[in-house]
Amino acid sequence: MPDKIEKQIELKAPVSRVWRALTDYREFGEWFCVAIERPFEPGKPARGHITYPGYEHVIWQVVIQQMEPDRLFSFTWHPYAVDPNTDYSNETPTLVEFRLEKTATGTRLALTESGFENVPAHRRAEAFRMNDGGWTEQMKNIENHVTQKP
Amino acid sequence: MSRKSHNRRRSGPAPQAVLFAALGDKTRLALVARLVSGQPVSISQLTAGSQLTRQAITKHLRVLERAGLVRSVRAGRENRFALDPRPLHAMQTYLDRVSHHWDQVLLRLKAFVET
Repeated sequence: MPDKIEKQIELKAPVSRVWRALTDYREFGEWFCVAIERPFEPGKPARGHITYPGYEHVIWQVVIQQMEPDRLFSFTWHPYAVDPNTDYSNETPTLVEFRLEKTATGTRLALTESGFENVPAHRRAEAFRMNDGGWTEQMKNIENHVTQKP
Repeated sequence: MSRKSHNRRRSGPAPQAVLFAALGDKTRLALVARLVSGQPVSISQLTAGSQLTRQAITKHLRVLERAGLVRSVRAGRENRFALDPRPLHAMQTYLDRVSHHWDQVLLRLKAFVET
């Protein structure tokens, strides 16, 4: 049973382009759907309102960890921390890492999210609730977005 | 969404948080692997061929039992232990959801950098 999430995606874009999309706070905000307030800086928190329709009341908040140009970008956060009435600050966050690698056709991006063993039980239940319905709608939106902007 | 797995969510005190902790140990993972066949196994059987003492095995089994991963069944004079896979399914479902979210986010990134 894995206790982390690992993804890999091949991007037809140079490493430097992907690096910018990941670490420029405005660019990151565009595809992640969040209006981030100021540039990313290692060791510093980053936050902003989710721009995804229906989730605008949700504050997205992370702490930037590593920024090794063209190689590694990481932050810690609380997955599914979407209830404005809940204080998540006492919970152990998960670590999200993006690793970049040059390929013949562009960039291989490897994503890892680890530390789920520390996510409290009631939050898992909440994550299930938040996903009820929400994701179905969101999937449709994403599908539209991707097909309109191939 | 193809999986409607929230139906499987257990009511009452959710044991999911302790699952990862219970499994985050080589010995306990090995015990789970041993029990995966579904047949109840006695502590003597689990101790045989192991470096660990009966007490140590028992302690690990109790941790798995508290996480809802293992049930003990009385068989004559001894307890036998069997795997209960349901909490594993619940945990997998949670990770599937987070994983699915990342799939969507990465697709948006792909569209963003490739245009």
